[in-house]
Amino acid sequence: MKAFAKKPDVDLSIEFAGIRSPNPFWLASAPPTDKAYNVERAYEAGWGGVVWKTLGEDPAAVNVSSRYSAHFGKNREVLGFNNIELITDRSLEINLREITEVKKRWPDRALIVSLMVPCVEESWKAILPLVEATGADGIELNLGCPHGMPERGMGAAVGQNPDLIEQVTRWCKQYYSKPVIVKLTPNITDIRVPARAAMRGGADAVSLINTINSITSIDLDNMVAKPTVGSQSTHGGYCGAAVKPIAMNMVAEIARDPETQGLPICGIGGISNWRDAAEFAALGAGAMQVCTAAMLHGFRIVEEMQDGLARWMAEKGYRSLAEFSGKAVANTTDWKYLDMNFQTIAHIDQDTCIQCGRCYIACEDTSHQSIAKLIDASGARRYEVIEEECVGCNLCQITCPVEDCISMVPQPSDKPYMSWNEDPRNPFRESA
Amino acid sequence: MTHPLDHLSRAGDDTRDSASLEANFSDLHPPLTQRQAFIESQRCLYCYDAPCVEACPSDIDIPRFIREIAEDNINGAAQTILEENILGGSCARVCPTEILCEQSCVRNHDAECQPVLIGLLQRHAVDHMHFDGHPFMRAADTGKHIAIVGAGPAGLSCAHRLATYGHRVTIFEAEAKTGGLNEYGIARYKLVDDYAQKEIDFLLEIGGIEIRHGQRLGDNLDLETLQHGYDSVFLGLGLGTSRQLGLSGEHAVGLMPATDYIKELRQTDDLSELPLAKRCVVIGAGNTAIDMAVQMARLGADAVTLVYRRGVESMAATGHEQEIAKANGVRIVTWAQPERILLDDAGRVAGMRFARTESRGGALVTTGETLDIPTDAVFTAIGQAFEAASLSDARASQLGHEAGKIEVDGNFRTSLAGVFAGGDCIAAGQDLTVQAVQHGKLAAQAIHNEIMAQQEVA
Ligand SMILES: Cc1cc2nc3c(=O)[nH]c(=O)nc-3n(C[C@H](O)[C@H](O)[C@H](O)COP(=O)(O)OP(=O)(O)OC[C@H]3O[C@@H](n4cnc5c(N)ncnc54)[C@H](O)[C@@H]3O)c2cc1C
Ligand SMILES: Cc1cc2nc3c(=O)[nH]c(=O)nc-3n(C[C@H](O)[C@H](O)[C@H](O)COP(=O)(O)O)c2cc1C
Ligand code: SF4
Repeated sequence: MKAFAKKPDVDLSIEFAGIRSPNPFWLASAPPTDKAYNVERAYEAGWGGVVWKTLGEDPAAVNVSSRYSAHFGKNREVLGFNNIELITDRSLEINLREITEVKKRWPDRALIVSLMVPCVEESWKAILPLVEATGADGIELNLGCPHGMPERGMGAAVGQNPDLIEQVTRWCKQYYSKPVIVKLTPNITDIRVPARAAMRGGADAVSLINTINSITSIDLDNMVAKPTVGSQSTHGGYCGAAVKPIAMNMVAEIARDPETQGLPICGIGGISNWRDAAEFAALGAGAMQVCTAAMLHGFRIVEEMQDGLARWMAEKGYRSLAEFSGKAVANTTDWKYLDMNFQTIAHIDQDTCIQCGRCYIACEDTSHQSIAKLIDASGARRYEVIEEECVGCNLCQITCPVEDCISMVPQPSDKPYMSWNEDPRNPFRESA
Repeated sequence: MTHPLDHLSRAGDDTRDSASLEANFSDLHPPLTQRQAFIESQRCLYCYDAPCVEACPSDIDIPRFIREIAEDNINGAAQTILEENILGGSCARVCPTEILCEQSCVRNHDAECQPVLIGLLQRHAVDHMHFDGHPFMRAADTGKHIAIVGAGPAGLSCAHRLATYGHRVTIFEAEAKTGGLNEYGIARYKLVDDYAQKEIDFLLEIGGIEIRHGQRLGDNLDLETLQHGYDSVFLGLGLGTSRQLGLSGEHAVGLMPATDYIKELRQTDDLSELPLAKRCVVIGAGNTAIDMAVQMARLGADAVTLVYRRGVESMAATGHEQEIAKANGVRIVTWAQPERILLDDAGRVAGMRFARTESRGGALVTTGETLDIPTDAVFTAIGQAFEAASLSDARASQLGHEAGKIEVDGNFRTSLAGVFAGGDCIAAGQDLTVQAVQHGKLAAQAIHNEIMAQQEVA
């Protein structure tokens, strides 16, 4: 934004788990944060912080050639992104030196060092003082890298074992004085378990999600998955826009878990624009990390992210992220607490309807046969909701190609709130 | 002086009423709906170092504003546009995008064979912005005061940028209304609903800009007074006169410069009152000629003929503009140059004789054949020229000239200290609104830098 352009009067700066950052947008530990060159370009573009590409013990990891693949939409937009890379393939010494220099040059930006070393106390005891000496603002434990590293007894192996998470976190708090963020893998059954373990170990925050085990597509001529290394492939880690719903659920699960109350959460997974960021914040995230969106478009996207978020906040009257962070958490509950007396019904706006028939066939074949297909006097097609039949499933609204043509209308009711627990139809109802 | 077309019937004389005539002058390219804008915005590839940005004379960050539309940040999109081009709303409507941004869109390639509709998206953003107050700030008052001559796109853009720096600005404008050709020249169907004035109201919200109308340099105003009274002077005079055919009978009833007629057409509240040449001839090959021909056709003329001395491929009007002319029933006659104005007994234009031409080794020669076109009126649109009277006072006549216009250096400085110029009136002027806006903006930056440097020295 040019100097003479009026800026929305909001403060985007955050303090997350004791780490200050001029804005909540951080680059996730990945190729965009691989070295000083990238990181400094990112800071120049406006990123508030970075999590440096995961460091490990020497010798450095070695990567294969052919590393990424994607799940494409029909118009070649990248819905999801898949990679088979390992942690940093540069030596520890070079990384530490660059981190020290970059932090010195950019004191106002957050710089967090991601770490993954073997699950033995000596390893952590050895590396943490070296990291502390760089002056970086904190560390992030990569316990989630779902490929390559687990085979060496690290990564998901640790992240999937609550006891190990707790143990490693404890070592870090013991041998490192600054904030410790534990990055969680989504490749588990219940995300609350590793989050609780991290908290028990003394973690200052959790960040999630890391990538999800995936195979994006198969080359059917050669019968091999992508990315193809020679004539073989392997599963990779999935990220990008497609994983956002999964990540948001996991963030919400932790945010509303009484056992992890107050544990700061850094949201990661498919964040591509200001709205995604605002949504993660609404579910309790106090900072956001981005990887795929930056890899697809370059660092410049952070300008639009900041601008969009600031304008939306100003319009809503929020002056800082803290003022709305977590605001959607209380409204996220277990199924059993939803109001059984609430009823919503689809309504088709005949003025905007284009008579494509999509809602009709969706409801007729797969839902509740609640849309009538009519021919009016002039011979024109007309679709109308049979209100008595409609269960309010939203399917017609979702399949409708016209925005705001089908609306879901909450029905007035004089019945009080009643959860499934209280519902007489529930055979297992907890009797009052 | 009596009106050169007063003898003709009025556009409303037939059955056509004002309302149906007005309908013929509605938006040439109607705005996108919300949905269309959303779909179109997703076609943008968000190119890096985007060719469209290079092609935009005013340096708008096009991929950024389109991404902002896609992300439902309309105010962000509008500000991205306006911070480079404060007249981004009118440019979105009048720019020949087919030879500017949209021509260089990478979607033209095999990828889709059709560019992203950048102009319409730009219009969408500016039309739907909703700021509380003006989106730009004025820096603290610098105590400096700059005189601008001419309230066209160049002068207005210069004034707005100067105001953001905290300078005070007084614009001296010869006409009764602000806007230059945006108000008096652009085709009526390109800037509907008094858009030029609405945009100016918005621009002036920045504050610190005063406009004095009826002030004509070379008439009731002289350059020396301005130089004395102000810290700097910017000349955005445009091109005030129309080139003449150089034939006898040039002042006959029935012949008039197209720009004069268009000015009336832009100003009238009632199109039915305009004189209508049922048969008319427009001479020229630029966008002004096309605008004239198309507007006459839409007013109800039966036979509109546009005559050009070379072939269509040499016409300055873009292919898109030529298509618009054809779609409106304009007949385009090429390889014919004006030879004689044919007058009737009363001395009024009755027709035009053209000499047939051809190109011989690149040179245009007449073939000896002639072509007579009977007509009720002839409109000349063979180019605008610099109005010498504007720079006739003792000081102004010292200004250096280049190619018949005001000479400037890379920083829009004229040969006189503290006097800057931009827009159509300088040699680099290309007859594009967007370029005039860019000149005004860059000249403001140069003026600001110069004033600030002087202040440091002092
Ligand atoms: C008929 C026509 C149609 C056009 N259509 C298009 C189009 O569709 N798209 C496009 O991009 N461009 C178009 N153009 C070109 C575009 O209008 C000009 O490039 C643009 O307006 C130039 O801006 P300017 O500020 O330099 O000059 P102008 O717009 O000409 O403004 C100059 C101002 O200075 C004032 N002035 C002049 N002399 C004096 C004086 N001595 N003292 C005080 N004030 C003075 C004038 O009254 C006027 O207000 C068209 C031009 C014409 C003639
Ligand atoms: C190519 C690539 C390499 C990655 N490397 C690491 C890594 O070294 N350490 C780590 O903690 N996460 C790594 N990640 C995961 C990202 O940090 C992030 O958690 C994930 O991509 C989800 O965010 P996104 O949807 O914005 O991409 C990597 C991701 C990608 C795409
Ligand atoms: S992005 Fe392309 S050019 Fe760059 S390293 Fe990867 S494959 Fe090579």
